Amino acid sequence: MKQRSLFRKFRESQIFWPLVAWVLILLFDAIVEPEFFKLGIIEDPVYGKHLYGNLVDIFNNGAPLMLVAIGMTLVIATGGVDLSVGAVIAISAAMGAVLINPALGNELITNDILTRNATNTPLPLIILADLAAGTVCGLWNGFLVARAKIQPMVATLILMVAGRGIAQLITNGQIMTIYYTPYFWFGNGYILGLPVSIYIVALVLLLAWVLVRKTAIGLFVESVGINAKSTFYSGINEQNVKLLAYAFCGFCGAIAGLILSSYVHSADGNNNGLNYELDAILAVVMGGTLMTGGRFSMLASAIGAVVIWTFTVTVYSLGVPANALLAAKAVLVLLVILLYSDYSRRFMNRLIERRGPKPDATARQKRVST
Amino acid sequence: MNEPIDVVRMSDITKSFPGVTALEDVDFSLRRGEIHALVGENGAGKSTLIKVLTGVEQPDRGTIELDGALVQVRSPQHSQELGISTVYQEVNLCTNITVAENIMLGREPRRFGSIHWSKMNEMARSAINRLSIDVDVTEPLGSYSVAIQQMVAITRALEVLSAKVLILDEPTSSLDMHETDLLFDVMRRLQNEGIGIIFITHFLDQVYQIADRITILRNGLLVGTYEASSLPRVELVAKMLGRSLTELDAMSRVRSQAEEEKDRQHLVEARGLGLTKSLEPVDLELNANEVLGIAGLLGSGRTELAGLMFGIDAPDSGSLIVDGEKVNRFSPLESLKRGIALCPEDRKAEGVVGDLTIRENIILALQARYGWFKFLSTPRQNEIAARYIELLDIVTPSPEQLVKNLSGGNQQKVILARWLATNPKVLILDEPTRGIDVGAKAEIQKLVMQLAEEGKSCVFISSELEEVVRVSDRVAVLRDRKKVAEYGGDVDDKTLIQAMAGEA
Repeated sequence: MKQRSLFRKFRESQIFWPLVAWVLILLFDAIVEPEFFKLGIIEDPVYGKHLYGNLVDIFNNGAPLMLVAIGMTLVIATGGVDLSVGAVIAISAAMGAVLINPALGNELITNDILTRNATNTPLPLIILADLAAGTVCGLWNGFLVARAKIQPMVATLILMVAGRGIAQLITNGQIMTIYYTPYFWFGNGYILGLPVSIYIVALVLLLAWVLVRKTAIGLFVESVGINAKSTFYSGINEQNVKLLAYAFCGFCGAIAGLILSSYVHSADGNNNGLNYELDAILAVVMGGTLMTGGRFSMLASAIGAVVIWTFTVTVYSLGVPANALLAAKAVLVLLVILLYSDYSRRFMNRLIERRGPKPDATARQKRVST
Repeated sequence: MNEPIDVVRMSDITKSFPGVTALEDVDFSLRRGEIHALVGENGAGKSTLIKVLTGVEQPDRGTIELDGALVQVRSPQHSQELGISTVYQEVNLCTNITVAENIMLGREPRRFGSIHWSKMNEMARSAINRLSIDVDVTEPLGSYSVAIQQMVAITRALEVLSAKVLILDEPTSSLDMHETDLLFDVMRRLQNEGIGIIFITHFLDQVYQIADRITILRNGLLVGTYEASSLPRVELVAKMLGRSLTELDAMSRVRSQAEEEKDRQHLVEARGLGLTKSLEPVDLELNANEVLGIAGLLGSGRTELAGLMFGIDAPDSGSLIVDGEKVNRFSPLESLKRGIALCPEDRKAEGVVGDLTIRENIILALQARYGWFKFLSTPRQNEIAARYIELLDIVTPSPEQLVKNLSGGNQQKVILARWLATNPKVLILDEPTRGIDVGAKAEIQKLVMQLAEEGKSCVFISSELEEVVRVSDRVAVLRDRKKVAEYGGDVDDKTLIQAMAGEA
């Protein structure tokens, strides 16, 4: 009886549907390509023994998207949207690359200096500058939306367009290659055999959860998303709530940029984090947070991001060429929308409730009596 | 037409929602050319009955006959096709398009495949002339008052959808006296044309003024259908509440006039408080232990005054002094910290946060004062919610129910609870009893007086003079965005009406 109600609680939680989607894709893989789940241990010259396989890749490569989706969740919950996260990723990456460049501040730039695997800037400072850049971008968006009262889509479109230009200004218009091993650790390193990026995502998720659910911020964000005017009339500074949400989204974008640039060993203003904003929105929607704002779950969005990457890796492993990926993704979007429609949800709920009619009947009776 | 056939007959209608039975075996019939009032407390099942009739909800059991033929109303659109039109309490038209477009929406006359604008405006104009109100149909709807918007909604229901059954859900709650009379004229004319009208209202005066028959619902059950002429008013109220009204009479004030405290410091003082184009400078004092009534018609500046005192807008003239200190920063949060609370007029847009639970709605303002990081613990939240649900008698299966699922009166109580939880010194209530039933109305009036006795200062804004007079120690009258008079608590309705209307 107790387990039953626990299952019901789980089924009604926001993480249920993205998990269902994930399991469906994994089932597909299990049938079509059992090789998909192969895991192994490999010895890496730099990072030592670690796990490898598609599942590890999904989480490692999906980490930046998971981070961006976590930040995006908060923004969408306030009833907004942040289209600039891709550009923020590029800015953060560019920031890191420039600061690592040992020639920074030197008149003389030679290939010799650039490939020395050294930097004059301490690593903590680089990280701090990355995160600060992203947060400032977020604050800018928040300022436009909350104070200047520009519609979120238009306001963040500004930075979406301008941000890539700014990233290129930072790198002087070039694709900057990064030669600095400690920096690579974020995107390529391993702790206890698992990628570092997984730990970063877990840490950010945990911190964000504490920030949002152990304070009143989560309640205020949901309240603003549902009815901003009532929230204001209740004595809540709804502008600051929005400002915080956008700043946090920028912060998450910056971490994503750090991992991405570390992963590809370079900063490219034009291509770092391309289309991430759209994938992130898709992940949030999959996580069951409404685009109109209100109730949200960052964990559900992160799972949504995992679903997108599992799908991507699946498509690749089926041998679909990379340039057809976007078309395949369109199919995913369509499926998600169909799966999430009221009609199909009701249908599936009925399907689940029909299983095990005996305990369910009593559960329903109980519900009516309370 | 020769024999009195019922145009609508609903039999044995039963509808239950998870946890509650909203309607049980309810019979309802509407004759041709009849104005039929549907009354009952909040949660009595009036809305559900209407929703069943208009196809918003499907009944679990029961039948609906239209003109003697059995029908199944599949959707709101289907009900319109069947000739059943509804005008809701909250106007649900588009304020950003013109009056004509609103009236003709979906039935625009076309020429060469595009809208025939001049013909459409002409049709809309002749339609609205029937209500004899002065409206330029080419203006956006939003530039007119809520009252006019309501009229437009009725026009749309009548003309475009050619209704034979018209349902008016709280149509008069935002109309002033003149507009109400106008509406009644229209209703009578439609009655003569043979249209059946279902009239839902909380104003009992109006029920007797216009209705032929009255159907009373209580807790989802049918109490009965009566000829209006043969049902005394006291009996009607008693049937609605299922209890006698003696307790209401008993609460007519016996209050010791603490006149000796006359020259104590005022809790709140407004000196020439005003805002250009919104409110002309007003002087006003609020004292502890006292209810100040504010009477005024729609648009008299009463809501604006409340907004200025609560810091929704910052004034551009005069000053506001709270507890002897001049207020410099105006915002709801600052007011909250100073101990001023406002239950706003528009419950849905400015009051409740519909998709949050009752518990979350109740703690919202208290949490706002505590700030972002001092989060009230779950047990504490539950305790506060439980206390106010009990104290204000909020009818709900659980504090985790979403507020949007509550009836209007209970929503109002939730907002009251939100502010009482912050323990304010000054409580401003803007139309707290609008659109809620007699029982809840009496409860809220009683609560306001009780709060004043406990030492709070209450401001009671209402367009119902009767209740302003009953509740208040002093009454300020606003007219045309100006304060025109102030009276003691013993003022009578007639004096107030004269002051509000500007006839000395």
